[in-house]
Amino acid sequence: MSTSLIMFVIFIAITLGITYWAARRTSGATSFFAANRQITGWQNGIAIAGDYMSAASFLGIAGLIAYNGYDGFMYSVGFLVAYLTVLLIVAEPLRNSGKYTMADVLAYRLSARPVRSMAAISTLTVTTFYMIAQMVGAGTLVALLLKDANISYNWAVIGVGTLMIIYVVFGGMLATTWVQIVKAVLLMGGTLLLSILVMAHFNFDLGAFFNAITHVQSTVGGKTVTTNYLNPGLLYKPPYGALDLLSLGLALVLGTAGLPHILVRFYTVPSAKIARNSVVWAIAIIGVFYILTTFLGFGAATIVGKGFITSHGGTNMSAPLLAQNLGGDIFFAFISSVAFATILAVVAGLTISASTSFSHDFWTNVVHGGQERTKGQEVFVARIAALVVGALSILIAILLGPTFNVAYMVGLAFALAAAANLPAILFSLFWKRFNTVGAVTGMATGIIATLVFIIISPSIMGVDPDTLTAGRHLIQAKAIFPLANPGIVSIPLGFIGAYLGTILSHEPASEAKYNELNVRANTGLGAEV
Amino acid sequence: MGQGGVRIEPEPGDLTAVSGGPGDVAPIGRDLPKPAHELTAAEDVDAATWDQVAATDEFRALVAAKIRFILPATIFFLVFYMALPLLVGYAPDLMKTQVIGEVNLAYLFALAQFVMTFILAYLYLRKANQFDAMAQNIIAKLGIRQGGTK
Repeated sequence: MSTSLIMFVIFIAITLGITYWAARRTSGATSFFAANRQITGWQNGIAIAGDYMSAASFLGIAGLIAYNGYDGFMYSVGFLVAYLTVLLIVAEPLRNSGKYTMADVLAYRLSARPVRSMAAISTLTVTTFYMIAQMVGAGTLVALLLKDANISYNWAVIGVGTLMIIYVVFGGMLATTWVQIVKAVLLMGGTLLLSILVMAHFNFDLGAFFNAITHVQSTVGGKTVTTNYLNPGLLYKPPYGALDLLSLGLALVLGTAGLPHILVRFYTVPSAKIARNSVVWAIAIIGVFYILTTFLGFGAATIVGKGFITSHGGTNMSAPLLAQNLGGDIFFAFISSVAFATILAVVAGLTISASTSFSHDFWTNVVHGGQERTKGQEVFVARIAALVVGALSILIAILLGPTFNVAYMVGLAFALAAAANLPAILFSLFWKRFNTVGAVTGMATGIIATLVFIIISPSIMGVDPDTLTAGRHLIQAKAIFPLANPGIVSIPLGFIGAYLGTILSHEPASEAKYNELNVRANTGLGAEV
Repeated sequence: MGQGGVRIEPEPGDLTAVSGGPGDVAPIGRDLPKPAHELTAAEDVDAATWDQVAATDEFRALVAAKIRFILPATIFFLVFYMALPLLVGYAPDLMKTQVIGEVNLAYLFALAQFVMTFILAYLYLRKANQFDAMAQNIIAKLGIRQGGTK
């Protein structure tokens, strides 16, 4: 049995223990959906970090930097700065005026049925894209990390999916929270250790480290080329690189504040003040992590090298291969299990936010007009929904297969969240005139625009040579829209849709209730406890 | 609802007594309002009260103070942040300038984003204590016990 497999099993045992403990404490809706609102500020801060730092952060960014240098680091910056939007604008009003989901805030003023239906659709769309990226990534990764144990892609996907279903169905938000906390601690520990080893490799001489980064040697066509990896432009090249960079930046900085699985975390704390403190905790942890991606990414570029990574599993293996190079097989196994923990915690967060939205927004409030038919039905439906969401994710990930290109899907989820959810949340909180038609058109425009532009972008459209078998473009034609990330077009469209829908209609009821929402959001009066 | 409590009209055949004088601790029947001190928070807070709170000088001052901080701070960080992809994308040669040893402007500006985020978060955290105090003041004046901001 490989060391990696043993460490995976230890992690699984710990998280199942947490789930068992949490399941015994979970009874009733508030405990299932919001961990009884008893999570403390620092706990929630760590859990947010654990919910947020996905495989795309840990393995993806390390790989992007290892392959493209500085341009990959741009993700790190955007992922962090985005938390200012969350801190300054969204976290506290959301905690003060909502109950379990993002839609609670919208439904305060607006007509509940249309707005909640749309918000549930939007939540499920965003989480689906995020989830597919994580699941396909998990499958390829686990299969690669556990190569010695002969675990195939399909079994890896089924394993990850089953675990996330168990966490959520039995342990609810409490188990999800603690799995995320354990993962965040592991991830930070692993990243710190790896960074120290990278610096030790350079005898703790930053000058030598940066000298290596600015003189990365590679062999192109038999000749040795020296590249400065600290210079921008290796990934985002003319003619559209600059615009793509802007588009990505916009999607990242505005998208986080619209990600359902992040927003639900603010309902797990006792008050808005603690929600605020937890964001600051998260900023500290996430900030340190993304600064350390410098060592992970550039370390892999300089110590391991692009050529070696490509022949040993590709970009996503950069961080684990760096660990192997610096700390041997045991450390490789440890970093691999950290990656595994990372994925599990994120997919659990996605599953619980999707099932909460389905049950609370759609089932209870849209179908049954806000009343549970029988006591405990909301939680029961959420558990079924988690099972269905999990099963569907497994199925989709298996159907798409390991060669499907998922790299763009996380960026797409951010663009979707920014274009569909953020305008509705912002206008609902700050614009008295805003109304139901505006919210529905805004969300619909945001979703449709993002999807359409991604379909006609180089992520989906492109002409591949016949020799290419893996990762082919879905549509074999020249891309109509030149940018990989649609944010720069779809986000403004989402705002325009919400604005036009509002001014072209009239809804005195929503204006009349603005004062209530405004007082609640700003004072915490009548907040859910 | 306001002072009214939940008022349910007796259905035909319902024999529950409709009584309760001013001296009663709580009306036994359904007809009379509860005394003010016995209202639950949900009964006490109603549409009229929200509008009244929203119209108070204290509440307006709170919202104004929040906007005075949050709006400029948000504009600042968005401009500061978007300047990075703008400069990296459209002035790459400038950003390639090596400033400290071999470390270039692009990387330093990226690091500056982290520092900016930490500082702004700290400043907001400090400022928000004032907002909390103002909100507490508003709630205290209403004389409503509630648990949202404990």
